[in-house]
Amino acid sequence: MTQRLVVIGNGMAGARTVEEILARGGGDQFTITMFGDEPYGNYNRIMLSNVLAGVEDEAGIFLNDLSWYTDNGITLHAGVRIERIDRFAKMVYATDGTATPYDKLIIATGSSAFVPPITGIHRPGRGYHQGVFVFRTLDDTRAMIRYAREHERAVVIGGGLLGLEAARGLQNHLSHVTLLHAMGHLMNTQLNERAGRTLQATVEEKLGIEVVVDAMTTEILGKHQVTGVKLKDGRVIPCDVVVVAAGIRPNTQVAADSGLVVERGIVVDDQMRAQDEDDIYVVGECAQHRGALYGLVAPLWDQAKVLADHLTGTDPQAEYHGSQIATKLKVAGVDVASMGLQEPAHPDDELLEFAEPKKGVYQNVVIRDGRLVGATLVGDARKAAFLMQAFDRGLALPEQRAELLFDLGGPSGEVSVEDMPDDEQVCNCNGVSKGAICATVQSGCKTVTGVMDKTRAGKGCGTCKGLVQKIVEWAADGQVEEDPAASWYVPGVPMPKPELMAAIRQYELKSVSSVFAMLVPGGAEDAKSKMGLASLLKMMWGDEYVDERDARFINDRVHANIQRDGTFSVVPQMKGGVTTPAQLKRIAEVAEKHDVPMVKLTGGQRIDLLGVPKEKLPQIWAELDMPSGYAYGKSFRTVKTCVGSDFCRFGVGDSTALGIAIEERYQGIEGPGKMKLAVTGCPRNCAEAYVKDLGVVAIDGGKWEIYIGGAAGAHVRKGDLLATVDSADEVITLTGRFLQYYRENANWLERTYAFVPRIGIDRVRAIVVDDSDGIAADLDAAMAKSVAAYRDPWKERAEPATPGQFRTSLPLIVLPQVPVREGVS
Amino acid sequence: MRLGPVDEIPFGEGRAYAVGDDMVAVFRLRDGSLRAVSAVCPHAGGPLADGQTDTKVVICPLHLHAFDLTTGCSTTGAFSLNVYAVHVDDDNHLVVSPLVPSEV
Repeated sequence: MTQRLVVIGNGMAGARTVEEILARGGGDQFTITMFGDEPYGNYNRIMLSNVLAGVEDEAGIFLNDLSWYTDNGITLHAGVRIERIDRFAKMVYATDGTATPYDKLIIATGSSAFVPPITGIHRPGRGYHQGVFVFRTLDDTRAMIRYAREHERAVVIGGGLLGLEAARGLQNHLSHVTLLHAMGHLMNTQLNERAGRTLQATVEEKLGIEVVVDAMTTEILGKHQVTGVKLKDGRVIPCDVVVVAAGIRPNTQVAADSGLVVERGIVVDDQMRAQDEDDIYVVGECAQHRGALYGLVAPLWDQAKVLADHLTGTDPQAEYHGSQIATKLKVAGVDVASMGLQEPAHPDDELLEFAEPKKGVYQNVVIRDGRLVGATLVGDARKAAFLMQAFDRGLALPEQRAELLFDLGGPSGEVSVEDMPDDEQVCNCNGVSKGAICATVQSGCKTVTGVMDKTRAGKGCGTCKGLVQKIVEWAADGQVEEDPAASWYVPGVPMPKPELMAAIRQYELKSVSSVFAMLVPGGAEDAKSKMGLASLLKMMWGDEYVDERDARFINDRVHANIQRDGTFSVVPQMKGGVTTPAQLKRIAEVAEKHDVPMVKLTGGQRIDLLGVPKEKLPQIWAELDMPSGYAYGKSFRTVKTCVGSDFCRFGVGDSTALGIAIEERYQGIEGPGKMKLAVTGCPRNCAEAYVKDLGVVAIDGGKWEIYIGGAAGAHVRKGDLLATVDSADEVITLTGRFLQYYRENANWLERTYAFVPRIGIDRVRAIVVDDSDGIAADLDAAMAKSVAAYRDPWKERAEPATPGQFRTSLPLIVLPQVPVREGVS
Repeated sequence: MRLGPVDEIPFGEGRAYAVGDDMVAVFRLRDGSLRAVSAVCPHAGGPLADGQTDTKVVICPLHLHAFDLTTGCSTTGAFSLNVYAVHVDDDNHLVVSPLVPSEV
């Protein structure tokens, strides 16, 4: 049996809530009746300023026209106002005399324009003085446009968001606009005084709107026609149109008259239920939640979702916890974005402030306990999207606080998704355009990972993932769905890393197949998850790990890196990049004997033999008789070093010896991503230690600096200083401890350049250096166990580990081969 | 065509064989069942017998394109693979049937 759902209010909140209910299958649960004060379908009120400014026409702002209601079986009473609710009989009474029963009631009556008490603003019996308008509804806007076109000078009362947008819009229809603001600076709810003054200068100079602050309007002048307004200090501003945009007041009269609890708004609990009521709910601007009222659209979307989840039973326990408020001014040529605090509020709050008044730029950010709690951008809002994300989600902030406001070198800064042409290539590895991503979203795929799977965008080097996410969010217009799998360690086992590790320990799962059997509902194995699980189990169990070779990626099955033509590359270990004439001779002889197509120096200071067929690998290892350099795994790779103090006349520390010692100890350690290290003998940084997963820099006085989270591949990042220590031994200990912390806590394929900022360098330092969590000894012990389990995989060559381990998988037909370079010598 | 013994293929892995003029990758899944598809990835010529498998798909080691082992269809938008019938004879040897002309 369906329930009767009555909605009072057909504005953005009421209609959105109904849409959310329908999206959850609520059309079968409820017979829906809606009452709207305005005689229309449902339109986007936010866009009224665009209609006034002439950049959008009326048709463009309608969200749902009347046919939408019919199509969804909704009875709409447009232009009918409800004047009373009988909570006991469960009926609502309309001004047209009708009574409608309900089982569930939603009040979404929104707000009305607030009109301050001003002499002469009303005409007895005729409403507002002719020539005086408020700016709230489509009818208000139409009337204002019609009137303004025939007049010349307008005054807008109110210098907030709405007042500024109204003033800018009116310029489209008449020649002179003055903006009066009762407070000391514009947008005082959102902006501090310096920001407000900067904005005022821009509005006056760039837009040509005259602004008067501290202007309390006391009287509308003119008997039949408006001739001007009078201020408290006696000044008179001549005008023939007055627009009042002095704020809004929630429409709570019906609720109050019907006995609901009303303070500033109608009081609701976390499920948007009116206080002390079982069947009455409230959403939107008229709702007062935990003491707060919201006059913006984003909180209202959040509320609508919670209410729909709750009412339809999709998630009966859904709760609304309040919203973070961020605003943007929609006035062409004047960029203003603001969120959270305008100024520091606690003595410990950090404030970053930048002003360039001549260019109309004022920016600040307020940080508390390492999180963004406020930001203001006037005149340059390019960082708005990034800051809003950090503000909303409480992300860890860059160590260089200035990066919050400026791009300090590195990869180019924020790109505005909106401004990107459709054919612009987003993923340069797989050639995916913005248009292709948007089309996939429009076809109904609304998770970031889903779009990445379908288009392959972001599946190459991964640098564009952030941009892909932004485009998906933009294209889905705030309707992005969370992919539950996004938090899983591997796609085929539904658990984030900490739970996965706990379950593996609890059930003592020591092989990849046992993980699938025990932890996946239905027990299905997943090819894409095998490599990540194999690495994790090896890290956790060391010698006890039950190695199933099919769980390994081909590189790990044959200890070499597969190349585009199916051959492999062979990179012998060369600790710290130091070699000997005897080693070089041996490598040369092997390369010559087997006609190795290319011999090349690697970026990690080693020698690469490229183009080796799989079946020749064991023989080449035997002839080289050198250990594996691990140039193929998600593992510890190399330690690059400079010549250090032995030969270099600038070196202040023996970087070569330390680099060799580190590589000796941590060689071959597997992890969630590869680990590239460097040790450099002085801050000239010839070994590029600042851009390594872990880089060590000798500084004068026998000390060493340790940097972590650096990168210089697809992503470029300077590492964060973890610690400065006095001895090489301490470097080796902290290196092991950090790498173990990374191995245990990073997501699969998450490199340190993403991991360190995600955790925050302060937190990493607290754990690894200061042992704040008391786990340092455990980390050291776990790493020591892995170190002890090291075996050189290239020793596995006398007998294949599995039948046909080194048998060719190459076809007999000729494929395009990597060309042999002639005459390189 | 009769190929080598099935024990040549470790569980969960694949090996490549010549079947007439075709190169065929034969996989022995972890549940013991056999699958046979073209050995060459249609995307960029990758050796599919070196790929990782589960009971449904094989993933090419070069660019991670995935293919359904039963239908040969790519789940990542690449061209399809040929699928071959494969079984084990009384002697525990693999037998792969070449494609009949109508299937080519």
